Amino acid sequence: MSSRDAILAEIPRLRRYARALTRDADAADDLVQETLQRALEKWPLWQRQRDLRPWLFSIMHNLHVDGRRRGHRVDFCGDDDLPVPVQRASQTDSLELRDLERALALLPHDQREVLLLVGLEELSYADVARALNIPQGTVMSRLSRARARLKALLAGETTPQLKVVST
Amino acid sequence: MNAPISEDELHAYADGQLDAARLMQVETWLAGHPERRAQIEEWRSQASQLHRAYDRVLDEPIPARLIPAANASRWLDASKLAGVAWLLFGAAIGFFLRGETLRDPAPTQIAASLPRQAAVAHAVFVPEVRHPVEVGADQEAHLLGWLSKRLGAPLKPPRLEEVGYRLVGGRLLPGDSGEVAQFMYENPAHNRLTLYVRPAAPRQADTAFRYARENDIDVFYWTDSRFGYALSGNTGREDMLRLATLVFKQHDK
Repeated sequence: MSSRDAILAEIPRLRRYARALTRDADAADDLVQETLQRALEKWPLWQRQRDLRPWLFSIMHNLHVDGRRRGHRVDFCGDDDLPVPVQRASQTDSLELRDLERALALLPHDQREVLLLVGLEELSYADVARALNIPQGTVMSRLSRARARLKALLAGETTPQLKVVST
Repeated sequence: MNAPISEDELHAYADGQLDAARLMQVETWLAGHPERRAQIEEWRSQASQLHRAYDRVLDEPIPARLIPAANASRWLDASKLAGVAWLLFGAAIGFFLRGETLRDPAPTQIAASLPRQAAVAHAVFVPEVRHPVEVGADQEAHLLGWLSKRLGAPLKPPRLEEVGYRLVGGRLLPGDSGEVAQFMYENPAHNRLTLYVRPAAPRQADTAFRYARENDIDVFYWTDSRFGYALSGNTGREDMLRLATLVFKQHDK
């Protein structure tokens, strides 16, 4: 696979991250679309010895930050605006998703990015630092705060799992 | 003397990013610090919640507008020849990724609890050495008669010998709304698969393949008019897709 093809192969992961970041399917795909355009424009500048994925995430990060500065904040949504989960009918499941989305919405933006890049995208700390253009020490402190905050936000709202087969 | 364990190292441990040299030391230390161990479990459970919430995006077909976005690049203007290849590739990958969801991606009424329950049942019984099943495959006629009777419709476990898996046997489990059957398979490498079968809800629509990952277990699931099926295993998504396709085809006949 050529490196250009590799960009296309990254689309599903870019979409997953954007969806979790914005919690809005349309806004997320807008962000992915912009990221792809920018990546292809900047293609000649890309240093091939570096991994593609952190580079794409860094482009997305910059666009998202710019977008927030410009004022279309896709970032916070009230309870009623939370996207209705498609394709999952189980109540416990969509409740869990709803709680999680609400908790994510309440996390400070810089903590949410680190939490998602580490926990969901499973990037190495070094790659997260590269993608967000911050020192690795900052990645670690944001990660630590994000995890503590998320725990507090989810506390009392999560339903116990593993209840099905217990006898 | 070992260096003290830092907070950063605990995160690295939770995320599987700790280097091997330090891993044993942290594990030994954690054995004496159950509260820190619990914290690590909490962090890991946050990560699996994120996966449960968002991994489904990976399986969605890619919206067409994202592919043209790539085609409209300046890079493409610079090289027409490459542009043709790019278009072809875009079409191919679009087709491929669409194919990956296998069928109708429309919302359905299938309970998302199916893969979760199947994965839990898988995790519980697969490690069993002495009692992996209640009734062994050596009494297959009895097994099928019994499970079919309890589930209220004739059951027939798929044959997977052609891909190296033999039926170990089956068991009856309590589900959300009644009995559930679990069949277990094993290959010569001792990898085990389970097929979880539960009676269909009334007016349940047929759905084709869906995929979920629950705590490192890959689950492909689908329903027909009689049953909901979920095939669980941990030999990797690609392999599980191949196996699930085989099972699906046998039931679809």
